[in-house]
Amino acid sequence: MASNEQYRICPETGLKVFFTTEKLIKINAVVAVVFLAIGGLFGLLVALTRWPAVHILPPDLFYLALTAHGADVLVFWIIFFEIAILYFASSVLLNCRLAAPRWAWLAFVLMIVGALMANVAVLQGESSVMFTSYVPMKAAPHFYLGLILFAVGALIAVFVFFGTLVIAKQEKTYEGSVPLVTFGAIVAAIIAVYTIASGAIILVPTLLWSLGYIANIDSVTYKLVWWGFGHSSQQINVAAHVSIWYAIAALTVGAKPLSEKVSRGAFLLYILFLQLASAHHLLVEPGISSEWKVFNTSYALYLAVLGSMIHGMSVPGAIEAAQRRRGFTQGMFGWLRKAPWGNPAFSGMALSVVMFGFIGGISGVVLGTEQINLIMHNTLYVPGHFHATVVTGTTLAFMAVSYLVVPLIFQKEIMFPKLAQWQPYLFGIGALGISLFMMGAGTLGVSRRHWDMTFADATLSFDHPPAAFLMMGLNGIFAILATIGGIAFIVVIVGSVFFGKHRDEAACKANPVVYQGGGEAVASYGNEHELKLPGTVALVSVFFLAFVLYYFVNWKYLAEVWPLS
Amino acid sequence: MALTPPENRLWWKEPLAKMEITWISIAFVWGLFMFAVMIYWHINGEQNLSNEAYRVNPETYGEKVEAEAAKYTVREEGDTGIPVVHPPAGSDVYMLARLWEWWPILELEKGQTYRLHLSSMDWQHGFSLQPTNINIQVHPNYEMVLTLKPTETGDFGIVCNEFCGVGHHTMLGKMIVVDKK
Repeated sequence: MASNEQYRICPETGLKVFFTTEKLIKINAVVAVVFLAIGGLFGLLVALTRWPAVHILPPDLFYLALTAHGADVLVFWIIFFEIAILYFASSVLLNCRLAAPRWAWLAFVLMIVGALMANVAVLQGESSVMFTSYVPMKAAPHFYLGLILFAVGALIAVFVFFGTLVIAKQEKTYEGSVPLVTFGAIVAAIIAVYTIASGAIILVPTLLWSLGYIANIDSVTYKLVWWGFGHSSQQINVAAHVSIWYAIAALTVGAKPLSEKVSRGAFLLYILFLQLASAHHLLVEPGISSEWKVFNTSYALYLAVLGSMIHGMSVPGAIEAAQRRRGFTQGMFGWLRKAPWGNPAFSGMALSVVMFGFIGGISGVVLGTEQINLIMHNTLYVPGHFHATVVTGTTLAFMAVSYLVVPLIFQKEIMFPKLAQWQPYLFGIGALGISLFMMGAGTLGVSRRHWDMTFADATLSFDHPPAAFLMMGLNGIFAILATIGGIAFIVVIVGSVFFGKHRDEAACKANPVVYQGGGEAVASYGNEHELKLPGTVALVSVFFLAFVLYYFVNWKYLAEVWPLS
Repeated sequence: MALTPPENRLWWKEPLAKMEITWISIAFVWGLFMFAVMIYWHINGEQNLSNEAYRVNPETYGEKVEAEAAKYTVREEGDTGIPVVHPPAGSDVYMLARLWEWWPILELEKGQTYRLHLSSMDWQHGFSLQPTNINIQVHPNYEMVLTLKPTETGDFGIVCNEFCGVGHHTMLGKMIVVDKK
């Protein structure tokens, strides 16, 4: 196909951008943002319903909205965007044409048909089974079918990515090893393969069961395999957004990995151990041994956590090294003060790193501790934790990179730059509030996925403490703030993509979005004696201290609970 | 840059910086420590979830719970018609989950150890004892047995915290803990 060979040279990075790739990146990214908008709206309705003073939806619509919220933002928004990232990390970064573009289009069609089918099933009201659809609760067959079609499409897209890597290697479009960002994308793609396989293994029989061909599916087995899909798919996000962190740091301040070996080693730990996280959802289930739980819930001695802690040092470390090389050497944190906080790509990335690590990461380890899970399982602590990982971590990182994708791939100027400047802070602080207040309410025992914390319609009565009501009110207020940040994002991005001024070569020269001094080495390799990064050492120390303290506080909470054995 | 191939083609041979080695070691040892704490708690901690569970047919389980309730019912809760069951201290006690109730109400004595049996008659439910905040997943076809020792008296709510359909939020049970007789 001749058109597949045509490309332009990016005036800012010098990379070849093939037109087919560009089109596929654009369409996947645009559809992703549409699902973010829809899913975000459902999320707002959920938060407003859980605000006891507002309580906006009736119960059936609440459970419907919650199911749609989970599917649209946790799966469709994130995976569509990740497919765009995979095409970018292979075809663009390796200067290579995309493999099998027809298959890439087929993947896109399957994904969109599947996503729409699942949405229709949910909106028809017969599939309010939550995103997890635990058997023996049953959804309409086309709910499962939609998810399966989406997954098959995503799998095809992943293989287009692998195919592109093979072509790049054969045609020698790059020298030496693949870039770190591509490496991270490969890790995400490998995790995606076994994740999607787990999804197929469980959703295909569940579809047959909902059609009446299979009599019974064991509920514990379902959870074990389903979470091999559900939790691992969140690990695709981790690998993807960590790659995005490195990419944004490189593009905005010229940061270079401190050590390719360390960063790549950390990514490898993800491939090897993340799949064990299915156990996080089985810690209080019947019929599973403690030995199995302890080994799997800790990713075998916390080796995947080790991977994330390494990135938690190497990402800020790379930024500090780059900033110091630029001359911002004053004191411990001069480099941080002089960072481009007004650039939404940088600020979004920085907020994502900090909140993913401090809130999402630490709460995840605590929640996934076998015995501590007893005082948190299925409370609001759980969504509190994963909003910190998936919203302040993944979603914010993807929003941040959008501020580079629009000028570089769509070749449009960002509209409303002032609004864009504020957007990551609005959304980030909103999402931070959601996470913290849900974690707080969960600690006080408030259930997740529950329409009425006052139990007004129940035969018996129970009163949650007033502090729990306060938490849910604050959760609602911060959800509104996050929504404003989300709307600002949609307005800026959609506005720029469809109505923005075209960026020609002159515009790129006059107002570059890529850091232009990136040529010089920021930290040459093998120079262990020169690597003086006191700011990063301080940040990492504060993180470690917070981790240790919070970990023990929760053991203390557990020790106060009734003895169980 | 992270967006270009590593400049040093032999990047895996580069030595690590001291800061990197230190942080990786600290993180690794912390992981080992956290792993060890879970094992330690199984030996010396008081809050560990039982591994005892049996396959059970929901009808069979329902009959057993009803038989036990018939033996030890002491009164009905107000005008709700729900029996309050006060089994002998230290015995096996039974509760079932179904759309949308926890049945029956158990009255236990403080400081006594009970073997609590839990199972569901239909879908999955979440046993969430409040405000104590003990949360256990309840499955159909599995009878879980956990040993429980109430350490405070009072009325406790049992919230269902696994979504179980449109009446989920009305599923609220009760456990009463009284002083030793």
